Amino acid sequence: MINEKNKLCAFAAFSLILATAPLYLNSYWVDVLNSVGLYAILALSLNIILGDAGLYNMGHAAFFAVGAYTAAYLNTQFGLPILWALPVSGIVAGLAGLLVARPVVHLRGDYLLIVTVGVGEILRIALINDVFGLTGGPNGIFGIDRPVLFGFKIRKPQEFFYLIWGFVAVTIFLFYRLKNSRFGRALDYLREDMTAAEGSGIDTGRYQLYAFMVGAAWAGMAGTLYASKMSIISPESFSFWESVVIFIIVILGGSGNIAGVLLGTFLIIGLPELFRGFANARMWFFGLAMMIMMIFRTEGILPHRPRVFKSLDRQRP
Amino acid sequence: MEEFFQQLTNGLAVGGIYALIALGYTMVYGVLKLINFAHGDLFTLGAYLGLTLLTSLGLSGHLGAVLGLVVLALMVTGFVGIAGALLERAAYRPLRDSHRLSAVVSALGASIFLQNTIMLIYGAKNYVYPLEILPRTAIHIFGLPVPLVRILILSASLLLMAGLYLFIQKTRLGTAIRASAIDQGAAKLMGINVNQVIMIVFLIGPGLGGVAGLMVGLYYGQVNFTMGWVYGLKAFTAAILGGIGNIPGAMVGGLLLGVIEALGAAYISIAWKDAIAFCVLIVILIVRPTGILGERVADKI
Repeated sequence: MINEKNKLCAFAAFSLILATAPLYLNSYWVDVLNSVGLYAILALSLNIILGDAGLYNMGHAAFFAVGAYTAAYLNTQFGLPILWALPVSGIVAGLAGLLVARPVVHLRGDYLLIVTVGVGEILRIALINDVFGLTGGPNGIFGIDRPVLFGFKIRKPQEFFYLIWGFVAVTIFLFYRLKNSRFGRALDYLREDMTAAEGSGIDTGRYQLYAFMVGAAWAGMAGTLYASKMSIISPESFSFWESVVIFIIVILGGSGNIAGVLLGTFLIIGLPELFRGFANARMWFFGLAMMIMMIFRTEGILPHRPRVFKSLDRQRP
Repeated sequence: MEEFFQQLTNGLAVGGIYALIALGYTMVYGVLKLINFAHGDLFTLGAYLGLTLLTSLGLSGHLGAVLGLVVLALMVTGFVGIAGALLERAAYRPLRDSHRLSAVVSALGASIFLQNTIMLIYGAKNYVYPLEILPRTAIHIFGLPVPLVRILILSASLLLMAGLYLFIQKTRLGTAIRASAIDQGAAKLMGINVNQVIMIVFLIGPGLGGVAGLMVGLYYGQVNFTMGWVYGLKAFTAAILGGIGNIPGAMVGGLLLGVIEALGAAYISIAWKDAIAFCVLIVILIVRPTGILGERVADKI
């Protein structure tokens, strides 16, 4: 068992290496780390829904898309600075999450999974078909402004690195606090035993909805960051495949465990970049590795461990 | 009226294909409670194997168009069925007692693996089926012309479904499959070899999916290595529409979905064609979560 102090040291060392990464990596690799960061935000947000609340959501890219399109629309039509759009797109994506989840949150696992897949596909087709003339059709929206932070315009990958990973750090902090709050404990309880949780007075339906909203809102904010980084967004960036990748990260990394999800993101988004040379066979290995991983580490690389509380009775071992 | 009739027969033919794929999903879900995400790619494998056998063996040249295609379909069923059984042995059996989501991710991995295997062997381009093997004639029904290929596909899929239904309802093995779907533990106690039952399910389901792939090739004349996703998702929708785990339900759901989609594409909007299936799915799950012929799926909130 790793004790808390070692864990903290490892975390600090990791943060330090990561924070100085732009100093010794070239732009290409910094950009790879940027996408790792974006996926980390997405995976952490899905982790609230899938890992903590136990709701099978395989359409997470939909909320990512809602956030990205909201920010892009507000920015290009009304000139709202992109970072101001961050909370707005979070709220819009959260409401979209509520809208999607409310009628179906009570469905049994696999049905919820397939409904969320369906919602993701419907949204993608809606984006392609330019509903209400908002989304720019298959070409998407372009000319999105770069973010400006305290008068400093963020352009280069190295600068985006600190914006994105800063957001990741805030996310980790908040989600860690959330996990150890009343809300997080309630989610743990209802995931493990719905009936017992309900019996103890937890409004399970409401907590599941909250979890879905928080996850969706956070994905929406990731969408804003993505839109400002790419400065052009189009429907193909939010395909079913994206939802699948986020889903795989959470399960493979260790659902319910923040460190596991981060590790999963590095493995699934970062590692394939190392094998670019194999171009075609890369995905073949990826599929094979997924099967083998699941067979040998069924609960993910760093599985979620039940909380241990210090016994009040010190005498007991 | 003519337009409506054409769309209806088109929808029935496509629906028959959906139904065949949906049967694979629903049978596997019945015994394992697992969405076999690799099923769509086994279907693609069927389409590609069919193409290879069709062009290399020249069966229809030796045996005549219809008999040649029947032999071809049997070969495809056999090969894809074996592929399905191997998949079950390698990727699903080790995870049978673990958490459901682990098996889902393993299934997704298997899907990526199969899809890329096909791409590595055949390349990423689209392949054209040799359509001249079936005569491009139309048969007149009530004075309205219907292409022969539609009728062949619909009747072949109905025939296969009827055969499967009889097999499941009337034979000892079929009874064993139904028993294992209801309660695996009790089935074991009754002396049913559940592992063998699951293997047979994985022979039949992907086998039927493989034939469906062959049918898509013959119907649209074109296949590509990513088509399994869309067909897989729609067929799964069809399975839920009919009530998952329920074999007649998958048949009804598939045909219904095919017709709804064809009519929707014709009368609502062709651009929204792929969204129609999912809208139907969501409406069905909100209004009648058990599917048309299905069991209880929702927990109360």
